[in-house]
Order: sequence, then structure tokens, then C-alpha cells
Amino acid sequence: MEPLDLDLEEGELELPADPMHLNMGPAHPAMHGTVRIVLELSGETIVKADVQIGYLHRGFEKMCERGTWTQVFPYADRLNYVSPMLNNVGYALAVEKLAGLVVPERCQWYRMALGELARLSDHLTCTGAMAMELGAFTPFLWFVKAREMVWDVLEEETGARLTHSFGRVGGMAKPPTPAFKDLVRGILDEILYTVGEGEKMLLKNRIFLDRLENTGVISGPDAIAMGWTGPCLRASGIAYDVRKAHPYLKYDEVEFDVPVGSKGDTLDRFLVRLEEMRQSTRILRQICDKMPDDGPVNCDDPRYVLPEKRDVYTTIEATIQHFKLVMEGAKVPKGEVYSYTEGGNGELGFYLVSDGSGTPYRVRIRPPCFQITNSLSGLIERAMLSDIIPIFGSINMIGGECDH
Amino acid sequence: MGEVTRTVTLEGSESGYATTRLDALLGWARKYSLFQYPFVTACCGMEFMAAVSPRFDVARFGAEAPRFSPRQSDVLWVVGTISQRQAPVLRRIYEQMMEPKWVIAFGTCASCGGFYDNYTTVPGLDKIIPCDVYIPGCPPRPEAILDGLMLLQDKITNGDRRPGVVKPRLDPVHPGAQGAGDLVTLRKSGKEKPAKEQA
Amino acid sequence: MSDLVLRKLKDRFGSAVLETHSMCGDETAIVEASRWKEVALFLRDDAELAFNMPIDLCGVDYPERLPRIEVVLHLYSLARRHRVRVKTRVGDEECNGCELDSLISVWPGVDWLEREVFDMSGVRFRGHPDLRRILLYPEFEGHPLRKDYPAQKTQPLIPYRTEAEAGVPLEKLAPFGPDEGMSFGREVWTNGKARRENRGEQ
Repeated sequence: MEPLDLDLEEGELELPADPMHLNMGPAHPAMHGTVRIVLELSGETIVKADVQIGYLHRGFEKMCERGTWTQVFPYADRLNYVSPMLNNVGYALAVEKLAGLVVPERCQWYRMALGELARLSDHLTCTGAMAMELGAFTPFLWFVKAREMVWDVLEEETGARLTHSFGRVGGMAKPPTPAFKDLVRGILDEILYTVGEGEKMLLKNRIFLDRLENTGVISGPDAIAMGWTGPCLRASGIAYDVRKAHPYLKYDEVEFDVPVGSKGDTLDRFLVRLEEMRQSTRILRQICDKMPDDGPVNCDDPRYVLPEKRDVYTTIEATIQHFKLVMEGAKVPKGEVYSYTEGGNGELGFYLVSDGSGTPYRVRIRPPCFQITNSLSGLIERAMLSDIIPIFGSINMIGGECDH
Repeated sequence: MGEVTRTVTLEGSESGYATTRLDALLGWARKYSLFQYPFVTACCGMEFMAAVSPRFDVARFGAEAPRFSPRQSDVLWVVGTISQRQAPVLRRIYEQMMEPKWVIAFGTCASCGGFYDNYTTVPGLDKIIPCDVYIPGCPPRPEAILDGLMLLQDKITNGDRRPGVVKPRLDPVHPGAQGAGDLVTLRKSGKEKPAKEQA
Repeated sequence: MSDLVLRKLKDRFGSAVLETHSMCGDETAIVEASRWKEVALFLRDDAELAFNMPIDLCGVDYPERLPRIEVVLHLYSLARRHRVRVKTRVGDEECNGCELDSLISVWPGVDWLEREVFDMSGVRFRGHPDLRRILLYPEFEGHPLRKDYPAQKTQPLIPYRTEAEAGVPLEKLAPFGPDEGMSFGREVWTNGKARRENRGEQ
């Protein structure tokens, strides 16, 4: 047997100095299944990181070129699948901008309400999942419980829990149910309570705070140059919110604050999302007070909006109109448009090109988390290996949106 | 497992004992302790989260423990769209799993590619790996997920490795609703033939 | 702001600004591909314009036009709260010569956007340090967002199982056939030259 104490030269005792290569994902539980990071490590410090996306590329833009303008809605749903209604509304607004339509007032309030509910669902999922990835399972279960309440309301309204396909060009698929306002008012307190409980649980936890504070710091100007938007940009101290800066729908008629962070670290991004949930509930309460109880939801424009089912079955004009709209699609005027709304992760843009036919010529989505994920390698370089989890969780990368 | 024919005795039934074959006993034991590997890629993951969380709670079926190592898991849940780029990863994970292993295709995309009929999507995971249970839906509701899990448990008990599809449920509120006569309830479809085959 | 951006661009670049319009309130300028980076620098550095945020970059394929591929850049100025869309056109009928200067030194955020345009539309960016495919895998041939790439043409990385291997039928009905459930207006794209020949044009 060799002697246990080897009499080595000092130089031989050193560990190998070559960087170690480590592959993380795409099947890593914290990588949401769709991101792969090839790391170069020196000890536990990340020297170089290569973030590879595209594991959920589903050809959204190509698929949109095959159907009618309305057939894009189901695909739009599945972009940011945590807040599908925001995508629906964003896409509908883009087509309406190109077609020159303005939906009736009731529909605008309704879209806002559904959108804010979706935002609640998005932030609940994001903060909950991030906490879970850091080992805090209880807040995740609470947040999912709160998300179920949101989904119950959305299901009552749209018939689907998650992928609603509820938007239409020139309106919504259905008017609000009579109980809508009561349902929304009924869940808000409960959600706020759950958020508060989860916040208390997490923000008094030393380990959680230590892992979040001062990790993944990005300054405001850097974030702008990288094209960040949404909660992540606001966490870096830039108060840019599309809802405030360029109000659409009825956002100029409701009062809400835009929370901003001071340091731009992971904790700030977490706190901004928590605060945005509170602001969303505030907006929802105002919507419930201001939304008219009756009035049309769809535009009165037979070129885009399907006729009433009752008329389709009884009159020939409506039958023909229905047939033309379904088979050929609404003819959107020739041209191009860029329309932007505040999605769950930031500015959700749609760039549409129409050649005047019933089929989109080109649908381009500007996914907010694409650019945020772009900076991920910059954020995690020189950090510790374990910092990847909170940083990646806080930027809320959504595969469907990021990979198109 | 078909070779084993030894019988063992269990206590607890009315007459004081019951006989069973070892594989049936194993199947019974396995079906309530499924360790799952969630291969979550897309939208369906949101419903998977909902199914795992308290309201729907797959823990009631003994399947609450996710294992993020393929070597420690029995059931591979393929949750979401499989892109061409993802396909080698999925097959590798399947190959790393220990026998016996089962695969559940969660949602339409995993089952057949769904409406992503294009250059980048694999039209169903059975093009790459074998599959035991298909759960349709885009995404499936948690009730359908539980149905799929129960169907898999039936298959494990019966030693049935033929693929099965979760059927639509009868409407509990309006049992006579349209088309209800054609629907086969889950339990019936799960148990039809294998019992005879083994007898 | 109205036409400030377009006016300044025209004053500065003259005939290099090929076309402008303000459809739906979106200011748009089409510039010459050779001046692409110069225009970007001007838009960023001019104090009145101050476009500090790259919003989006994408490619649109027009097989019937020459140059064929249009690269569309959306910019936003946080300080001035205005937007502009800058476009340029590159590439001949077979998409040869699809090259542009990379804007990565102007806005670092266009890094992945340029990789995506390269991946999807096949425009090469000169000076980009890491121009790889981003959404698709390196083995993929062709650029799917060109109109002549068939939507259903897959390039599997691993061979599919055969029915003999699987022991069960694997064929499924496609969700819709080429003409089923789709609008009448859709046509199958071939490349622009073949289409023009079909219609007897030069």
C-alpha cells in the first residue's frame, strides 16, 4: 500500500488550474426545460457562460402565415403561456391598429380587466416558481392556490383555464358574464392576503435574502441598451411602463403607481413583481367600478366581426358574412404596423405586415424576455454557480415567448 | 415479468388469506409509489404545476415526489412540445431511466405535435420513444391529468404495455348530454382485455 | 414630435433615405443598406433623437421584390418617448449578398436579435462576434422564415422510430391538409424568379 502522507513538492499539491466545463440544462429543473447554459467554471465562479435557447422553438411566425388573421389567436395564447390573455389583447390591438378599428368602451374595460388578471397570474407564477427553485416550497403552493382563484374567474369568463383564445379582431368572443365584477371583487382580498403571507414568509428568511441581494445587478443605462423592458427594467430604476408612458385601452383613466427598484439586483426584481400585483388589484378594483354593465362589446363592423349566431341561422346576409369571414378571413388593409402593450415581462410588440388578403403576410412578435435572456450570460459571469438559480428565476424567461 | 408464476399469500381478506401472483403484487405496490420525472418544456407545465399543487394534488395517488434524475424515476411525464432540437435530449433521458419505466404524453403537443405542424416540431413523442398513456388537451385540465395517472395505474396493475388514451369524461351535471352514449368511461377502457390475456 | 425624426433623417442623409411613410402613426424610413450603421449611429447620438433602446429587429422576405429581404429595426427613445422604424433591403433573388453591418457596437442588445435574423431569414451581419444559429440547431439547412421554405419540411436530428420498432401504428392524421381549414387566399411560395416566370414577367 502506498503511504498516506506523500512527500510532495508544493507545486504538485495544487488543484488543476484549467477551467471546468459544465453543462446545465436543457432538462435541468430550474432551467424551465428550455434553456441550456454551457458554463466554464473556475472553482465555483463562472468564468464564461454560453446561454443557448431555442429548445422550444415552435415556428410561431411561420404558422401565422398559413391561417387567417383570427387563427393567430390560439398561437398567440401559447407565447407567454403564463399570461395568455395579455397576448390575446396585444395581438387584437395590433390588428385593430392596422385596420383602424376602435373597440367599444365596455370591451376596452373588459380587456383591461382580463389582462390585469393575467398579469396577476404571471407574477404569482414567476415569484412562486422562483421561490420554489430556491427551496421555499410553501410560498409556491400558496401562490399557485391564489393563481387557481384567478384562473377560476378566467375560466368562468372564457371557458378555458389557461389557453383562452378569447380575443377577436374588433372585440371579444363573448361579453362579460353578469357575475364578472362580483367574481373579481371576491378574489382580490384573498389574493392580496396570500401575497402578503408569502412575502412575510420569504422576506424574513435570511437565506432567501442573502441569495437575492446583490446578485445579478444591472444598471439602468445598461438595461436600456440591452433592450430590457417591463418589471426587470423597472427594478433597475427606470420607470418605463407602457401603460403609463403610452396609455392604451383605458389605462389613462385609472390610477396606479409604477414601482421601481433602486439597485437592479435580483431582490429588486422580486419586490417589483410583488408590488405590481398590488397595483394590479388596485387597477382591477377601479375597473370594476368603472366598467359599464351594458352596451356592445364588439365593433359594429361587418368586415371584421362575426354576426350574431342567431342571425347566421335565420338570415342569408349573416350566413354569407359568416362564411366569408370564416373561410376567407377578414381582409386587413395592406400595410404594416407595430403595436406594443405591456405584457407580463415587458413591452410585448407585434409587427404585422399585411398584403391586403385574409392571411397575414408576416407576423413578428417582439417577445420581452428574449432581450432579457440575451443579457443572462452577462449577469451570471463572475457570479457563483448557485447564483444562476435566483438570477434566472428573476428574469422570468418564458420558453414559448423567448423561443417563438 | 411474465415468467414469474409463484403465488404468495396475503392476509387481510374475509377468509383470512388471499392469493396473488408476484407480478400482480409488484404491480400493486408500484402503482402507488410512482416516482416521476417531469420533462416540462412548455405551456402544459402550468397545468402540471396546478396538478401537483394542493387543489388537485397528485399526492393522493402516491405520485407526488418528482425526481429530477432519470435514474431514480419510474414515470416520465413529457409535458409540452418536443422540438426537433429537444428530441435527442428526450431520448437520452428515456434511455437513462431504469426499468420498469412508463411514459406519459401530457397534452396534445407531446402526443401528436398538436397544431404545430411545422419544420421544428416532432409530431408526437412516440416518434422517438415508446409511450404508455396519452393525455389529450391543450393543455389538459387537471382532472384529465388525474385520469391519465389512474389509467397508468390500471395498466401497471394489469401489466398492460399497450398505449392508452384518456377518454373524455361524462358530464357529471348533465349525464344525458350530447354524445354521452358514445363515450367510454375511463375505468372500463383501462381494464378491458389484459385481465383475460393473463388468465 | 410628429415628423421630426423623418425630417432629420432626410436632412442628414438625403438620397440615402429611399422612402418614408407614417402609416398608422408609425414613422418609417427605408435607408440604403450601405449606410445602415451610419444611420443607426446618427439615430442614437443625435441629442434630439436619442434612440437609446433597441426594441426589435426582424427580417421580412418579399420574394417578388428586389432586393429581396427587408430588415426592419424598431427603436425607442426613453428620454423623448418617440419611436421610429428603420428598414433596409438586401439580397438578390437567390438571397445572395444578404449582408449588413452589425449594430452590436451601437446597441449591445441587438446581439441575439441579429443572430435570430440570421437564423430565420439568412442575413449575415458583418462584424457580429458570434453569428451562430440561435433558435434552430447548427445542422439545420435553410432559413425557415423565407417564403420558399416549406413550412412542413422537417430536418430531424435523430431518426424517427419505424412502426416495426414500435409495434404500434404511428401515423396520425395531420391537423389539417394543405388546403383544409385555411383561407382561400394562401398560395404556395416558390422563389420569386420562378413565380415571375410563371406569370410571364421578366
